[in-house]
Amino acid sequence: MSQALWALGRGTGIVALLMFTLTLVLGVTTRSGRPLGLGRFGIADLHRTAALTGTGLILVHVVSLYFDPYAQLRLVDFLVPFLGSYRPVWLGLGTLALDLLGLITVVSLLRQRIGPRIFRAVHWGTYVLWPVALLHALGNGTDAGSAWMTGIAAACVLAVAVAVGWRLLPSYDGRGWRRAPRKVHA
Amino acid sequence: MSRIHIDWTRCDGHGACAELLPELLTSDEWGFPVSRTGERDPQVPRQLTEHARHAERSCPLMALRRV
Repeated sequence: MSQALWALGRGTGIVALLMFTLTLVLGVTTRSGRPLGLGRFGIADLHRTAALTGTGLILVHVVSLYFDPYAQLRLVDFLVPFLGSYRPVWLGLGTLALDLLGLITVVSLLRQRIGPRIFRAVHWGTYVLWPVALLHALGNGTDAGSAWMTGIAAACVLAVAVAVGWRLLPSYDGRGWRRAPRKVHA
Repeated sequence: MSRIHIDWTRCDGHGACAELLPELLTSDEWGFPVSRTGERDPQVPRQLTEHARHAERSCPLMALRRV
């Protein structure tokens, strides 16, 4: 049973990392006129679905590891970072990521009420969340160091680096929307 | 029955709403939504309610609301 909880905790953590990588790449590259084969709204929906799937997986991740007798987590470890007994720094990064994820998810789901200014400010936090979660996976994960986990982590970093690089290219101006100059009639 | 209202101080012409509600909205050449029905805030027929809700949720700047 404890083996099952442990395996579930590892598996959900790794798939959640993949989901958040997909979410981040879609969020970075989404712009109208750059549809990647989907409409503007399709990318937004996929971004949202991947993010919520990752969030659900993280819930399973923390609950299964809470009941895993080897992980020895206390409830406070889900809220306050860097108090754990085993690899406190790497575990603390996971706690930090969980806190950020909770805040970002709540603000995102309530964004129609909260308004775009606070939503955007909080959503920038995803650029902290993703690297912190990745470091937690690499530092805390049982599978870190194995060839397949290194491959997954490298693929995630590469995907985000390519997306951000593409986004920052000078040719990626405005929204990729070809804007005609406004005609002024004298 | 609700109407589509666009807050023009927020809208930046991303165009998701016109993709989701082609019956009510089209895009001008800069990508900003234009009402097709002649009304400034087009009325949403009952059978389009779900699509209007989707459009409201999909606006990246929360400029579109159902009022």
